[in-house]
Amino acid sequence: MSGAEKIAVTVTDIVPLNALVTRFEFKRADGGLLPTFSGGAHTVVEMEDGAITRLNPYSLMSDPMDQTAYTISVRRDDEGRGGSMFMHQSVKVGDEMTISYPVNLFSLDLRAKKHLFLAGGIGITPFLAQIKQLERFNGNWELHYACRSEALGSYVDELTSHHPNETHIYYDDQNQAIDLVNLLDGQPLGTHVYVCGPKGMIEWVRKTADGEGWPREAVHYEEFLAPQPGKPFEVKLAVSNKVIQVGEQESLLEAMEREGVDAPYLCRGGACGQCETRVIDYTGNFIHRDHWLEDDEHASGEKIMPCVSRFEGKTLVLDR
Amino acid sequence: MTKFTFPESIRSRPVYGTLEARKGAAHLLIADAHGAEAILDVATPEMMAKAHIIYIPKGEAFEGKLRALKPAQFYAGPSYEAAESRIQKAFEDAKMGLQVYLTGTEGLMGQAQHAAMQAGIPHTAIQTEHRGSVARRMQCVHCKGITEDVETDPFVCAHCGLNLFVRDHYSRRLAAYQGVCIDAEDPGNVPEAKGIYE
Ligand code: FES
Repeated sequence: MSGAEKIAVTVTDIVPLNALVTRFEFKRADGGLLPTFSGGAHTVVEMEDGAITRLNPYSLMSDPMDQTAYTISVRRDDEGRGGSMFMHQSVKVGDEMTISYPVNLFSLDLRAKKHLFLAGGIGITPFLAQIKQLERFNGNWELHYACRSEALGSYVDELTSHHPNETHIYYDDQNQAIDLVNLLDGQPLGTHVYVCGPKGMIEWVRKTADGEGWPREAVHYEEFLAPQPGKPFEVKLAVSNKVIQVGEQESLLEAMEREGVDAPYLCRGGACGQCETRVIDYTGNFIHRDHWLEDDEHASGEKIMPCVSRFEGKTLVLDR
Repeated sequence: MTKFTFPESIRSRPVYGTLEARKGAAHLLIADAHGAEAILDVATPEMMAKAHIIYIPKGEAFEGKLRALKPAQFYAGPSYEAAESRIQKAFEDAKMGLQVYLTGTEGLMGQAQHAAMQAGIPHTAIQTEHRGSVARRMQCVHCKGITEDVETDPFVCAHCGLNLFVRDHYSRRLAAYQGVCIDAEDPGNVPEAKGIYE
């Protein structure tokens, strides 16, 4: 079986936070304790949406030491393929669901003298767990959180009331923006910066930090790429000896799973490298969307990350 | 000979590169003896305007040339120990964006790298370039004493007097290689001392 180990849970609480974001709480279905995790970890939630099974990663936002329940926050994506819609519309308190053991691809570097957190929108969630983790031993941290508007500022009240000195909020609709160059300039030696948010924000932070001479090891980022819908395509799986169709609303990885092919994965968001698959032959164009492969690997036509990337063209043969 | 190609060794043995000028808010360059040549090679006026050079000449005559680079701050001291509080202070006052360049003997680079890591710089972000003497800073595994600038193998521990064999096993924390007694089983049976890389 691919992916991290599974846990059967019950949905114990659903709290709408604002027009776009809803929080879900899970407890173990057998009443036992959940594993502890480290701040920044995510869980992969399985959604049985009619004939389709979707597995979407969400950052855990609860206290990493709290083994009684996990919480996640899901932002509704009206344009997406429906995973977040399913969570918002179909999931009810009392439902049984399956989630994965926590996997952390965005952990704190605890050697850091200071942790500088930069969040954009729903990118706030991993930091909520990291802040709880750091608060246990008085860690030195600071948060800069950009939200679209006051109405959409998830957890702003909680953060500003518990951590008034560490929290800085910026509202796009009030033309407030993080003054990044000034913020990076003058941070004490040993500071690590962490960014979670939209792609453009991550690129901006990485580029600016690099330009200011920050070591790459001190810059951490996480972007969850939800797989995007696209034109259907056909794939030949050489090892399994199958020809499968990838539908408009599913990822290549999901299509393989639907056909009973055991394909490896961990993050399902183009970040961990686990699903890397060799291309045996192709005629057409790849739509690479992952953060894992290097640009030259994308250009080579030799590899694809099936969790987020697609293909358009006549033939695609994979070593799977 | 100021550049030397070290033979392949075990993983714990540090490897050194060639300094390159990097973008940064400030530049800290720490060197001893022939390390001055690597600074002269890498220095640019732009870098020097924001540079702090800490130099331990060990009898070499590069101080004038280094001063002529016009770094924002310059210090020359007789030994690493003498320069140590200056180095500590430089790291304490430093901000993110500082670039660190270490060059000269292994002992100098090792100790300065340790100080840089303590200050929170990931070791992969610290540049090093070996120049000059291939002497090593050695720790006696028996008495734990450090002997500086060891040029021969075996050598005599400066603290306990045992005959020690020079190993490639390196401790980043101590910034020293390990020396292990060579004649423990048969006291007095000590091979003739040779250069470490002979
Ligand atoms: S599953 Fe992690 S990159 Fe595809």
